[in-house]
Amino acid sequence: MDSFIQQLINGITLGGIYALIALGYTMVYGVIQLINFAHGEFFAAGGYVGVIFLSFFTGLGYMESYPVLCLTASFLLAMGYCAYLAVGVEKIAYKPLRKEARLAVLLSALGVSIFLSNGLMLTQGVYDKAYPSELFQGGFHFGNVTVGYLQILIVSLTATLLVALNLLVFKTKIGMAMRATAQDKTMSALVAIGSNRIISLTFAIGAGLAAAAGIMVGLYYGSVRYDMGFVPGIKAFSAAVLGGIGNITGAMLGGLIIGMVEIFGAGYISGEYKDVFAFIILIAVLYFKPTGIMGENIDDTRV
Amino acid sequence: MIQEFKKVWKQYSITMLWLLGLLWPLLGIHPDGTLSFEKTVTVWSYILAGTFVCLVIYIINSSGHLKIFTEPVVGTTRKFSGIAQAMPSWIWLCGLFVCAIIYPLLTGRYATDVAINVLLYICLGLGLNVVVGLAGMLDLGYIAFYGVGAYTYAILNVNYGLAFWFCLPFSAFFACIAGCIVGYPTLRMRGDYLAIVTLGFGEIVRIILNNWMTLTNGPNGILGIKPIGILLPVMENGFTFEMFWVKKLAVFYYFALALAIIAIIAVKRLNFSRIGRAWESIREDETAAELMGVNTFNYKLLAYAMGAIFAGLAGALFAARMRFVSPESFTFLESVMVLCMVVLGGMGSIPGIVLGVIALIALPEVFRELESYRMLVFGSTMVIMMLFRPAGLVPAKRVGMRSEERE
Repeated sequence: MDSFIQQLINGITLGGIYALIALGYTMVYGVIQLINFAHGEFFAAGGYVGVIFLSFFTGLGYMESYPVLCLTASFLLAMGYCAYLAVGVEKIAYKPLRKEARLAVLLSALGVSIFLSNGLMLTQGVYDKAYPSELFQGGFHFGNVTVGYLQILIVSLTATLLVALNLLVFKTKIGMAMRATAQDKTMSALVAIGSNRIISLTFAIGAGLAAAAGIMVGLYYGSVRYDMGFVPGIKAFSAAVLGGIGNITGAMLGGLIIGMVEIFGAGYISGEYKDVFAFIILIAVLYFKPTGIMGENIDDTRV
Repeated sequence: MIQEFKKVWKQYSITMLWLLGLLWPLLGIHPDGTLSFEKTVTVWSYILAGTFVCLVIYIINSSGHLKIFTEPVVGTTRKFSGIAQAMPSWIWLCGLFVCAIIYPLLTGRYATDVAINVLLYICLGLGLNVVVGLAGMLDLGYIAFYGVGAYTYAILNVNYGLAFWFCLPFSAFFACIAGCIVGYPTLRMRGDYLAIVTLGFGEIVRIILNNWMTLTNGPNGILGIKPIGILLPVMENGFTFEMFWVKKLAVFYYFALALAIIAIIAVKRLNFSRIGRAWESIREDETAAELMGVNTFNYKLLAYAMGAIFAGLAGALFAARMRFVSPESFTFLESVMVLCMVVLGGMGSIPGIVLGVIALIALPEVFRELESYRMLVFGSTMVIMMLFRPAGLVPAKRVGMRSEERE
């Protein structure tokens, strides 16, 4: 029973991270119907920029005196950096192709993904880059169950970001504009919503969330790698599909489910095949219920 | 000239400033708490200089000032193509064939090795072309079928001692089965979903190859695969047959050449058959194709199976040449590389794909010292091709005309 609860806690932690990445996929898909292959690279870039700033602050000696401030600053800077990256990528590689065939944008996105991951490799090196490890050691112990401080941080931060996003999308004018653009670009343009700005904003928010997830993964596993965006990217995409692509609540739920399935699958079935479970869920969902658990109105062209 | 292209210059300078902002945190912030600018500025100015030259050439060319240089070139190429068209195409094909035959006799071991690589990738590229170029389905797990073919030969040969020629159909068969397994559940989807699912399938195959220790020996791979054996008649004491193992690269080259030629002929024949027409109609408009009586499901499945068969054959040959297979040869990046060849050359065009393969295999061999930038170039090639020349270097010829073109 103890191990079950432990797995549950680990699953929630991982699921939250997947949910953050999945949101970027689902929001971009909702607005321009494109699978942004480069999204996994935004996540990896976030992890790298996070470690760069964290070690910079450690080098300056601020890390010991103001750890919370430094961590917050690193998160904000990494999120800002990735938002900046994503907006540029959208302008260069996706926007000119918006009217072209679907295959062209998809191939362009794939090219960007390869380009970015190799750009990271060339600037940061092929080897793993270690996160400062002295942060958030230890945790609470309840019998045999351990809840690390880091896990509490990750879960609470994820929850905060998700609530903030929900408020942004469902309670503000900008969110209303985003939803309007997702539903009908022509009509929203008629009521004076600039679709280009909304698309840029969507990319920026998605990439910012992915960057936060990147730092969390770096803190959780202790290191980052230039190609770390690939597998979590597909899993997060599976999560987005599971929840119903284009649906924000669905992506959060899907992320949690994928995280749980991966942890429990690794714990009770086979650790070696843990990456396979997410793909099997993806294929099964697309085959039996292509609209996902939360998706309702999907027109024929989407699936 | 500056006025005309004001917008281009503005966009270019914004992009370059954006790039500078992107590069600096990665290169200029150090873990010891110092900031530096030299390295960032050096790297950035290299990129700036390179792209600036390209942009200037592009602008001069599109404003027509480059005619002094391009006109003689265009004139001579036109003259040559006039001569080329005067002679029947079989003469050119024969010439190419003879060149391909005598190639290993003239070059060294290394060049032959590269040429074998090119031929195997031509086979792979043509197989992927059936799926992506003809039927219009983006397949990102294509290398999995190559892996299935290679492992089929390796396992049958090492565990059961079966000969290459006996295993070759099995390699094709199992790759075809794998193609149907991935095709059957995914063909209800369109476009982008298909891409992700095939990507996931490719990863599943790689993970299985990596972890199924008893069958595939895991990450260590399978060693000691026999090369191709052929029976040669020996006249010495009476008429007997003797087994001859193809270990020399120059001899192996001819097998790869034969496979590539078979693939080229097969894809060409498929393209201009009823099946090829059906695939192209599915690519252009699936709903319309279905209305015209094309059984889209069967034809899409057939496209997958055909593509997989070519990959399986190439895989068996790959295993016979390397005499060692490991899951590392069948990663996602390999799939991307094959896809990049097809995109660069031109989807659906056979000469284009041959050209694309040669460009992406032979050029990196020439620029060996720039090896680490290879994938970077591949990625940007894909984006640039999509932006400026989506049909590829040698665009495929369309059969027939669209109604709007005729008017």
